[in-house]
Amino acid sequence: MVLSAADKNNIKAAWNAIGSHAGDHGAEALERMFHSFPTTKTYFSHFDLSHGSTQIKGHGKKVADALGNAVNHLDDIPTALSALSDLHAHELRVDPVNFRFLSHCLLVTLASHHPGEFTPAVHASLDKFFSTVSTVLTSKYR
Amino acid sequence: MVHFTAEEKSTILSLWGKVNVEEAGGEALGRLLVVYPWTQRFFDSFGNLSSASAIMGNPKVKAHGKKVLTSFGEAVKNMDNLKPAFAKLSELHCDKLHVDPENFKLLGNVMVIILATHFGKEFTPDVQAAWQKLVSGVATALAHKYH
Repeated sequence: MVLSAADKNNIKAAWNAIGSHAGDHGAEALERMFHSFPTTKTYFSHFDLSHGSTQIKGHGKKVADALGNAVNHLDDIPTALSALSDLHAHELRVDPVNFRFLSHCLLVTLASHHPGEFTPAVHASLDKFFSTVSTVLTSKYR
Repeated sequence: MVHFTAEEKSTILSLWGKVNVEEAGGEALGRLLVVYPWTQRFFDSFGNLSSASAIMGNPKVKAHGKKVLTSFGEAVKNMDNLKPAFAKLSELHCDKLHVDPENFKLLGNVMVIILATHFGKEFTPDVQAAWQKLVSGVATALAHKYH
């Protein structure tokens, strides 16, 4: 899977439109994921998962910041996310299926807050972007 | 067998009542073909699918999308009986249409995303969760008769 020039433009424009809401959207995506795909909660037994939890807010911002970093390095996402990739492979060891759940909930969050920008073409580019990030984060698993 | 609480059923019904099935159907199928281009393999006879705008504007896509979503309406009426309700369609998709059931999951998730664009804040995590159960139940029901 390759991110075309058009994809990269769509991704950057979308991230720009999201602006300072990225952290909030990250938290909302996590909350959606825990609700719709309860098996994902197994990785967060140490978290307060109630609505508005400080831990979810903090973790949402962490996820958003990492994605923002990837947006700034679309030409070399593997290098930009190398440390995170190591972390997921050796410490977190989140089963790969769960990246699809979070990616989907990120798309739902963005679609609900930015319906005007979320055209079919942008939807496609963002889906590819999250898929690429997921692949990078699971690339060192074995 | 997926089980819906009374609250989940009423959440689903109330949102479904506000959906323009014709419009949403075309949009759902269109986005499936745009976001997952390999799904176009089932639609060689549909004409111009060469770009996102061609796909979204294609009258055959819109018509077929409406058909698919109208059928989905049966799911909303039969939440406690999804497998029997979709038995015939399941056989059709296996024996005649030869559609990999993975595609049902893809379309289900695209539908959820479209509901999010249409309903915005109203599409809360709880509402999404109810709909994820429904689309997952439909996908399973449609795959049930495969052999």
